[in-house]
Amino acid sequence: MTPIPPSPPVTEDELHAYVDGQLPAERQREVEAWLAGRPEEARRVAAYRAQKRELHALFDPVLDEPLPQRVRQAARAPVPWYARRLAAGLVLALLGGAAGWGLRGAVDGAALHGPTSGDGLTAAAGSGFAARAAVAHTVYSADARRPVEVDAAHEEQLVAWLSKRMAAPMHAPRLQALGYALEGGRLLPGGRGPVAQFMYRDAAGGRLTLYVSNELGEAGAGRSATPNAETAFRFAREGAVNVFYWVDGPFGYALAADAGREALARIGEEVYRQLAERP
Amino acid sequence: MRDEQLLLTWVPRLRRYARALAGNRDDADDLVQDTLLRAWSRAALWRGVADMRAWLFGIMHNLHVDGARRPRLATVALDADVPEAPVAPAQDERLALRDLQAALDRLPAEQKEVLLLVALEDMAYADVARTLGIPIGTVMSRLSRGRERLRALLEGREAPQRLQVVRSRTP
Repeated sequence: MTPIPPSPPVTEDELHAYVDGQLPAERQREVEAWLAGRPEEARRVAAYRAQKRELHALFDPVLDEPLPQRVRQAARAPVPWYARRLAAGLVLALLGGAAGWGLRGAVDGAALHGPTSGDGLTAAAGSGFAARAAVAHTVYSADARRPVEVDAAHEEQLVAWLSKRMAAPMHAPRLQALGYALEGGRLLPGGRGPVAQFMYRDAAGGRLTLYVSNELGEAGAGRSATPNAETAFRFAREGAVNVFYWVDGPFGYALAADAGREALARIGEEVYRQLAERP
Repeated sequence: MRDEQLLLTWVPRLRRYARALAGNRDDADDLVQDTLLRAWSRAALWRGVADMRAWLFGIMHNLHVDGARRPRLATVALDADVPEAPVAPAQDERLALRDLQAALDRLPAEQKEVLLLVALEDMAYADVARTLGIPIGTVMSRLSRGRERLRALLEGREAPQRLQVVRSRTP
């Protein structure tokens, strides 16, 4: 063995760096030699290494655990900010934040998603809302003579009136491209306040209603404080009526028709698009 | 999506670190969940992040510090879809591992963080400093104190039930 050249004394920091393999190779060897003559320090080093081994033994199994649902969900990209901004600008100039939007490319007619913690709408509030929209649809669309309170010939008055009563600007989406003409609208009592209903009609006489309520305000507003609160489109079926509904900020929207889910989903996307384009 | 994949690759390691830090599964996954949400809310910054790991663990560190300061309501997640940690060491090891967990829980949070980032994440000291936003000298002194304290606890030199540590000005 060649005599060990004089090397600088080993510091406490170096001792740890030695344990962690963070020393340059040459210094690593010097520390090793230094430890050979110091049993007390050698014991410490051994104990620190044992700590590392045991910590890995204790916690490495976590690496292989399946991810819990909520963590998986949080790792997924939220809806882009611009969609949220558009939605916020919607019908509701007076509102601050709005919940995010979850189109998610999944509007394919299948049941979209079940209630999740990230949604702005609780399952119970949502199904009550959808049920009321379906009943309103059934009651008024069956009325051949007076399906609406104010007809489309007076659309401007209708919109002004509903906006005033709803205390927020309302708009009747244009759905001619999808084969539906505006028939008119009316004001209805909802669970906690007024509800606006717009009615449309296709060439075959089939009716479609858009039900707009701010009674979900607390659910919507409460969730919109959460940066990643999402609003998903949902389906409900009430008798023969399909309901396609979503919540955005303080507003809930429900489209109801005898139409199939896919047709309704297309209309829903169009309604969403138009409302989002509103200044 | 690319960002999602990138983020997902870090999730198991965030969970491992959080589990060691928080000491139980629910609190740990709360921390992970909050970290991911915070990361997404700052997704615009990702492109400028050179060291994704330091960035993510740094977010977790900040949330942990905030959470530790705030008294919180104990909640249990209704996550019935995953069984409790399949940590199943041999019978004789089990006691030792539980001791380690108990000893770890008795370390001051700041020592525990440094020790875990070094021991579990194999982080370079400079990265630990960046992650926690402290000077490297502080990293080294916390590492040294944390390791020595843990050793004392595991060797039974520090009674686990002691309520007050009178001697220590420099824990």
